[in-house]
Amino acid sequence: MVVMSDILVQGVQMLLVLLLAPLLTGFVRKIKARLVRRQGASVFQPYRDLLRLLRKEVVLADNASWLFRVTPYITFAAIWVAAALVPTFATGLLFNWTADLIAIVALLGSARFFLALAGMDVGTSFGGIGSSREVMIAALAEPAMLLIVFCMALVAGSTQLSTVANFMASSYVGLRVSLGMALVALVMVALAENGRIPVDNPATHLELTMVHEAMVLEYSGRHLAMIEFGAFLKLLLYISLIGCVFFPWKIGLSGAGPLSYAVGAGIYILKLAVAGFLLALFETATAKMRVFRVPQFLGAALMLGLLGTLLLFVSRSF
Amino acid sequence: MILAVVIPAVVLQMSCVAALLAIAAIALALSRSRRATAVVYGATLTICVAALFGSLRWLVGEMANFPANSSDVILPIGLPWLGAHFRLDALAAFFLVVVNLGGAAASLYGLGYGHHDPAPHRVLPFFPAFLAGMNLVVLADDAFSYLLCWEFMSLVSWALVMAHHREAGNARAGYVYLVMASFGTLALLLAFGLLAGPAGDYGFAAIRAAQHTPYVATLVLILMLLGAGSKAGLVPLHVWLPLAHPAAPSHVSALMSGVMTKVAIYGFIRVVFDLLGQPSWSASVIVLFLGGITAVMGILYAMMEQDLKRLLAYSTIENVGIIFVSLGLALAFQANGLKLPAALAFTAALFHVLNHSFFKSLLFFGAGAVLTATGERDMDKLGGLIHRMPLTSFVFLVGCVAISALPPFNGFVSEWLIFQAVLQSPQLPQWALKIMVPAVGALLALAAALAAACFVKAFGITFLGRPRSEAAETADEVDKYSLSAMFILAALCLLAGILPGPVIDALSPVTTEILGGRMPIQANEPWLSIVPIAESRSSYNGLLVLVFITISASLAVYFIHRFASHALRRGPAWGCGFSDPTPAAQYSGASFAQPIRRVFGTLVFRARDHVEMPAPGDIRPAHLRIELHDLVWEGIYAPLANAVGFSAGLLNRLQFLTIRRYLSLVFATLVTLLLVLAIWS
Repeated sequence: MVVMSDILVQGVQMLLVLLLAPLLTGFVRKIKARLVRRQGASVFQPYRDLLRLLRKEVVLADNASWLFRVTPYITFAAIWVAAALVPTFATGLLFNWTADLIAIVALLGSARFFLALAGMDVGTSFGGIGSSREVMIAALAEPAMLLIVFCMALVAGSTQLSTVANFMASSYVGLRVSLGMALVALVMVALAENGRIPVDNPATHLELTMVHEAMVLEYSGRHLAMIEFGAFLKLLLYISLIGCVFFPWKIGLSGAGPLSYAVGAGIYILKLAVAGFLLALFETATAKMRVFRVPQFLGAALMLGLLGTLLLFVSRSF
Repeated sequence: MILAVVIPAVVLQMSCVAALLAIAAIALALSRSRRATAVVYGATLTICVAALFGSLRWLVGEMANFPANSSDVILPIGLPWLGAHFRLDALAAFFLVVVNLGGAAASLYGLGYGHHDPAPHRVLPFFPAFLAGMNLVVLADDAFSYLLCWEFMSLVSWALVMAHHREAGNARAGYVYLVMASFGTLALLLAFGLLAGPAGDYGFAAIRAAQHTPYVATLVLILMLLGAGSKAGLVPLHVWLPLAHPAAPSHVSALMSGVMTKVAIYGFIRVVFDLLGQPSWSASVIVLFLGGITAVMGILYAMMEQDLKRLLAYSTIENVGIIFVSLGLALAFQANGLKLPAALAFTAALFHVLNHSFFKSLLFFGAGAVLTATGERDMDKLGGLIHRMPLTSFVFLVGCVAISALPPFNGFVSEWLIFQAVLQSPQLPQWALKIMVPAVGALLALAAALAAACFVKAFGITFLGRPRSEAAETADEVDKYSLSAMFILAALCLLAGILPGPVIDALSPVTTEILGGRMPIQANEPWLSIVPIAESRSSYNGLLVLVFITISASLAVYFIHRFASHALRRGPAWGCGFSDPTPAAQYSGASFAQPIRRVFGTLVFRARDHVEMPAPGDIRPAHLRIELHDLVWEGIYAPLANAVGFSAGLLNRLQFLTIRRYLSLVFATLVTLLLVLAIWS
C-alpha cells in the first residue's frame, strides 16, 4: 500500500512537471510583455506552439544522420528524468535516491552533450558556433555548480536532494551568509544553463550572439517540439531546485499524507509564479552581455561558491 | 587416496608470461610469413584471456575471503644473493586484470587491424613481449626484478613506437620517449636505493618491514612522482606521451595509453601506499596539486589538438591527473586515520583506472579504424564518417560519452565516487587540506566539463558534418575483429556504469590490503544502487537511471508517433540564404575550440589570433593565424636541451686531440684520483 502511494506520488510529480513546464515559460513571457507594456501572447501559448510544431512536417537536412533524429528524444528523456528527481511539492519521492544532485547535474550534461553533437551534425556554421559556445558556457558553469553543491552538502551533510530539503525545512538552519552566497551563485548558474538574459537571449533568432537557438537552428516539426519542451522542463527544474533547497517552505515531507501534499503543490505553484515573475523582471531590467563577458559572470558565481564554502569552514554558524 | 597438486596462482600467472615470451620468440621466427599476424594475435588473445580469468578468479574468489593472502614464488635468476621474487596479492591481481583485459582486447583488434600493417615484422615480436613486460612489472616483488621488468617494458614499447620509424616525427617521438624513460628509471633506481637503505635488502617484504624516516619518505615520494609520474604522464613530465603514444600502431597506442600508464600508477601505489607505510599528510598536498594541474592542463592541450590520436593521448594525461587526485585524497585521509573516506577515494581511483582502460582502448581502436578507413589522423580532413562507418561511429560515441563522465556510463560512476570523497574533506583536521580539497574538486569539475567539450569536438569534427576530404567521402566500415573488440569494450563501459556495485565489492580486497579499511558492502544495497557512506548522504543507481531514460524516451517516441505528424522531407541545410560553398568552410577543430582557446588559452598557452584582413576592394584572401605556445616545453625542456647541446659542443673538442694530449690527460686524471684517495683517508 505504501509502495502504491509512493508510486502514485512519483507519477504525479512526473506528470506535474510535464504539465507545468510550458505554463511557466508562457507566464514568464507574458510578464515580460506586460512589463514593456505589450499585450503579449496568452500564458497558454507555449502549449499551442508545441501542438503546432507536432502537427508540422519535419524538414531534415540532406546529410542529417540518425544521431540528429534521436537526439531530441534522448535530450528530452534525460531532462525529464532529472526534473522528476528534484523534489517539487514533496520530498522523499520513491526514486529520489536513484541520483543525487551531482548525478542530476550530470544528466543535464548528457542532454547538452547530445544537443551539442546534433548542432554539428549538419555541418553548418550556425550549428558549430552554437555548439562551441554552449560547451564553453558549460565548462564554466559546472565548476561553479560543484562548489554550490559542496556548500549545500557542508550545511546539510548530504548531496541527496530530499535529505537537503528536509534539513533546510527544519527550523534550526536559520539565515546563513554562506547559503546566501550559494543562492546567488546558483541563480547565476541557472541563468547561464537555461540560456536566459544576460547570458543568452531565448527570444532571438539569427543573431550572431545567440547560443542555444543557433545550435538547434536545423530542427523543425516534432523534433523541435521535443527540444523546446526539454528547454521548458529545464527552466522548471532549476526553479524547483532553488525552491526545494533554499525555500522549502511548506514542502510536503515524506509520508505526510494527501492534504499536506496538496498544500505543498499549491505552495509550489505559488513559488513558481514568484520565481517566474522575478525572472521576467530581471530579464527586462538587464541587457544581454557579450559572449566573452560570460566567463566573468560565471567566474563570479564560482568565486561566490568558493567563498561560501570557505566561510562555512571558518565558522560553522555562518 | 587422492593426490591433489595445488599450483600456486602466481605460478599460473608466470607461466602465462612465459607463454607470451614464447609467442614473441615464435613471432620473431615467423614474422615475415603471411600467417604470422593471425597466429601471433590469436595466441596472445588466448593467453591474455587465460591470465585475465586467472587473476580475476584470484581477486574475486580467493582474495574476497582472505584479503591478506598472497602467492609467492622465487626464481633462481637475477641477483645471486636475492633471486627473483614474484608475488600475487590483491593489488597485483587487480592490475593484472587491467593489463590482461587490455591485452586481450588489443589482440582481438589486432587480428583485423594487423593485416593493414605495412611492416608486421616490426610489431609482431614486440607485441606479446610488451604484454609480458607489463605483467612482470605488476608481479615483481623485489626492487631488482621490478626495475629490470620496468626497463624491459619501456624498451619493448619504444620498439613499438618506432615500428613505423620512417613516418615524419616518429623518430623524434622515439628519441624523446627514450630520454624520458631513462630519466624515469633513474628516479626509480634512486627511490629503491633509498628504500633499501645502507643494508641493501632489495626484497619488497624487507622494505615493507623496515622503518623509514620522514626525510627518506618525502624524498622517495618525490622520486616516485618523477619516476612513475613521467611514465604515467604527470604534467610537466608528460611531453613524451602525446608524441609517442600516437606514433605506435593503434592497438599498441591503446595499450600504452590504456594500460601502460596504469602500470606506472601501480608502481606509485605499490611504493607510496604499500612499501612506505603510514603516509604524512603533507605528501598528499603535492599529489593533489600535481593531479589537479595535470587534469586541467591535459584536457586543455587535448582541446587545442587537431590530430585525433594526439587528442586521445592528451586526454590520457587528464585521466591520469584525475586518478592522482583521487590517490592524493586517499593519502590525505589515510594520513589522518580516516579509514572509510580513504577506502572511498582509493576505490574511486582504482575504479577510474579500470574505466579509463576500457574507454581509452575503445577510443584508440576507433581512431585506428578511422585511420584504416581513411588514412587520416587529422580531424580537419575528416567528417561525415557517421554515414560511411555507422558501427564504428556508434561505439566511438559510446566511448566519448563514457569518457566525458556522463551517466549512465562508467566514467560518471568513478568521477561521482571521487566527488563523494571530495565531499568528505571537512573531516580533515589540517587547514591546508580543508581549503585545498574543494579547490581541487572545482578543478576536477572543470576538467570533466572540458572533457565533454573536447569529446563533442572529437566526435563532431571526425564523424559528423560533411566529409572534408576525398578519403573521408569514400571510407568503408572496418573488419569484424576490430568491430567486435570495440563492441566488447563499449559493452563493458555500459556494464560498469549500470552495475558499479559488484565492481566496488571486487575492489574491496585491494583496499583492505593496502589501507586496512573498505567501503560498505554494496551487494547488500537494495536495487543494485551504490552507497559510498550512507544512503542519507548520497546514493546513485546507474541501472535505474538507464531504465528511466529508456522508459521516458520510449514514452516520448510512442506519443510522438501515435499523435504527431509523420511527415518528413529532406532538403538542403539552411544556410540563411548563403550555403557554404565547400565542406572546408564548415566548423573545423580549431574553430570549435576558439571560445575555450579565448577563455583559457590566453593564459595557459599565451594564445593569440592574428587576423590579416585585406582592405576593401582587395581580392587577396584573408588569413587567420593562431599562435599557441607550449609553455612547459619552452620553459623547461627547450632550455635544458640547449644546455645539454651547448656542453656537448664544448666537450666535443676532446674528441680531436693528439695521442700525446690524451696520454697527459690520462696521467693527470690518475694523479688527481690518487690525490683524492690520499686526502680522503
